[in-house]
Amino acid sequence: MRLAAKGSTVLMFEDGVYGAMQGTTVAATVKTAMKTMQVCVMGPDLKARGIDAAKLIDGIKIVDYSDFVKLSVENDKVQAWL
Amino acid sequence: MSDIKKFMYVNRRAPYGTVYAWESLEVVLIGAAFDQLVSLAFVDDGVYQIVKGQDTTQLGIKNFSPTYSALGDYGITNIYVEKESLEKRGLTLDDLIPLTYEDENDNYAEKDSIKVVTASELAKVLEEQEVLLNF
Repeated sequence: MRLAAKGSTVLMFEDGVYGAMQGTTVAATVKTAMKTMQVCVMGPDLKARGIDAAKLIDGIKIVDYSDFVKLSVENDKVQAWL
Repeated sequence: MSDIKKFMYVNRRAPYGTVYAWESLEVVLIGAAFDQLVSLAFVDDGVYQIVKGQDTTQLGIKNFSPTYSALGDYGITNIYVEKESLEKRGLTLDDLIPLTYEDENDNYAEKDSIKVVTASELAKVLEEQEVLLNF
C-alpha cells in the first residue's frame, strides 16, 4: 500500500486477507490507505480462514471470483504482489 | 519403547497460503502415534491455524482445522498459544477452536488443552524441551 498510487484498487487475497481485520498492527496503515484508494478482500479466502465479515475494518469491500475478474478488466494495469 | 522424549512443534505460519501448517499437523500426529511427549506452540501467524469457523468449501481445498480437535485423543494436552501474537492480530481466546482432552487421572473430565502464555513463559517451556521442530 505504501507503493500504490492514489485512486488504485487494492485486492487482498490468500494470506493477505488477514490485513483486512480490525485490531491488528497494520490496521492503522490500511485505514490511512483507504482514504485514497479502494480496498477489497476475497470472500472465499476470508471464509477459509474463519474470518467473519464483522471482524473487518469498516469500508473494506468483500468480493468473489467474478468480481476479481471485473476488477482486473476495469483497472488498466494489474500488479500482482505474491 | 523406553526412549520417550519431549517434542515441541512450533507453528509460526498461517494455514492454506503455504503447506507448512498442514505438514506440521501430519508430523505432530505421527510423533504422537509413537508415544512421545508432544506439545504444540502457536506463535506469530501460526495462531491463525486454530481460529474457529474455517470453511474452505469455496476454495476447493481441504479444511484441516477439525483435525486439531482430535489432538486430545492422541494424548496431546499441552497446546501453548502466545498471548502477544494473539493481541497483535486482534484475536482473543474466544476466537480459537476450543481444544480439550479427557483427563484419565480425573475420571475422564474434559479439560482445556490451550494455554495462553506470554513470550517469556513460552521461552521457559521451550527451554524444557528435548526436540524442537519449527514449522
